[in-house]
Amino acid sequence: MGRPERTILLDARALSRALQRMAVEVLELTHGTADLVLIGIQRRGVELAERIATLIEKDEGVVLPRGALDITLYRDDLETIGPKPVIGETRIPGDLDGKHVVIVDDVLYTGRTVRAALDELADFGRPKRISLCVLVDRGGRELPIQPDVVGKQVKVNPHERVDVMVEELDGKDEVDLVSGK
Amino acid sequence: MTPVLGKDLVGLEHLTSEQIRLVLDTAEPFKEVSERPIKKVPALRGKTIVNLFFEASTRTRISFEFAEKRLSADTVNVAASGSSVQKGETLVDTARNLEAMRIDMVVIRHPSSGAAEFLARRIRSNVINAGDGKHEHPTQGLLDLLTIRDKHGKVSGLKVCLVGDVLHSRVARSNIWGLLKMGAEVGVCGPDTLMPRGIEELGVCRFRRIEEAIEWADVLNVLRLQLERMESGFIPSVREYYRVFGVTLERLEKAPRQLTIMHPGPMNRGVEIDSRVADGPHSVILDQVTNGVAVRMAVLYLLAGGRPELADAAKGPAGGGGGGSE
Repeated sequence: MGRPERTILLDARALSRALQRMAVEVLELTHGTADLVLIGIQRRGVELAERIATLIEKDEGVVLPRGALDITLYRDDLETIGPKPVIGETRIPGDLDGKHVVIVDDVLYTGRTVRAALDELADFGRPKRISLCVLVDRGGRELPIQPDVVGKQVKVNPHERVDVMVEELDGKDEVDLVSGK
Repeated sequence: MTPVLGKDLVGLEHLTSEQIRLVLDTAEPFKEVSERPIKKVPALRGKTIVNLFFEASTRTRISFEFAEKRLSADTVNVAASGSSVQKGETLVDTARNLEAMRIDMVVIRHPSSGAAEFLARRIRSNVINAGDGKHEHPTQGLLDLLTIRDKHGKVSGLKVCLVGDVLHSRVARSNIWGLLKMGAEVGVCGPDTLMPRGIEELGVCRFRRIEEAIEWADVLNVLRLQLERMESGFIPSVREYYRVFGVTLERLEKAPRQLTIMHPGPMNRGVEIDSRVADGPHSVILDQVTNGVAVRMAVLYLLAGGRPELADAAKGPAGGGGGGSE
């Protein structure tokens, strides 16, 4: 059993540049801001969605609707993981019918979280399109789900972990690869 | 180690303050589920729950049923009248027969104190006490705590007085346990005939006059005068009770601070509570009902998700009620 080893994948400046690029790509994907709604997945996805929304707002001079989604109650593994003690807030801004919803999450791995998010969004309305924007795509999908906008693509082994830290919750902006037990 | 509830929820007496806080915190996000256009999440999909009600109930039964349905569980309601219970079947046999149909949870309301615990020890399914005799009504206690926390931002340090028929009230017992564990001061006020002997030993202050209780308290939880449980002789008359112990507007106007008014329902207007108080701006009686669904969703969710082996380990050697064999 080796000690956990941390390697920095993105430092604060690299993270900032990745988010700027992601903001531009989101805007290209949605052809402007008219129907755009950004929805972050609890917890770090909510902060990242907020950052991307702020960047787009600064460039476009608009106010973007954004929301938060906690997918805990839509998970398919309640039996095995046990109840998650704290369920985060779910906040959907207005009616989603006809909107282009961009789901924002920190790490894309098996795809099960996104599957749950898609199910949950469907209970709030019928967006005309849903896209997926993630800061890190670490591979290892168990479902046919692919991201539309990616901050960094990196192949990570199952026993390794990607830690996304954001200033608002963790005191610094950084993405680390953690290996070992 | 995250605290878990264990296999059953029989009462608040044996829960820790961490477990109570876990239920209240878990109830928070469930409030929002009931505000959604589709008031349903799939968390308990495929679970089968039997609501076994051996005693009349409208609010609690409907509240549990909504909570179950909003979590996507499949539910069956069994009432004592019109069932095999009338033919003389015992409680355990009824429950075992239900278990033979592969159910996951039983919500039980029963006129005998201890019925829920009795059942919990004998069947494998999770058991939730929805009120047993004069013992406990834990989900009511939890929803009262949640309502107080919503209104005052905290429970700890508040003075909460239970008014009226404490003797017959399982709501009072669950409130006393829950409030004390969460750090509130608890008072009781009512006629001697409706006060259990030795109530002070639980750590509550006893008020003999309603005026004193009103002067002391931040919150009044007005209990229902359980007329159906009183054969005779507890109070001289309903009118006299109202004159001496009724929570009236005139009495509340003399209070040094605004009191939050609670009532578990169903209310006897003009007996234990003045209509002007029940419908007044400081009444949170309907918030209690709204919170009831969220708290019950939280309890169902926590019990359903907990793996029994983990739950038993967390409960320690003192915890009973696990396992199904005898």
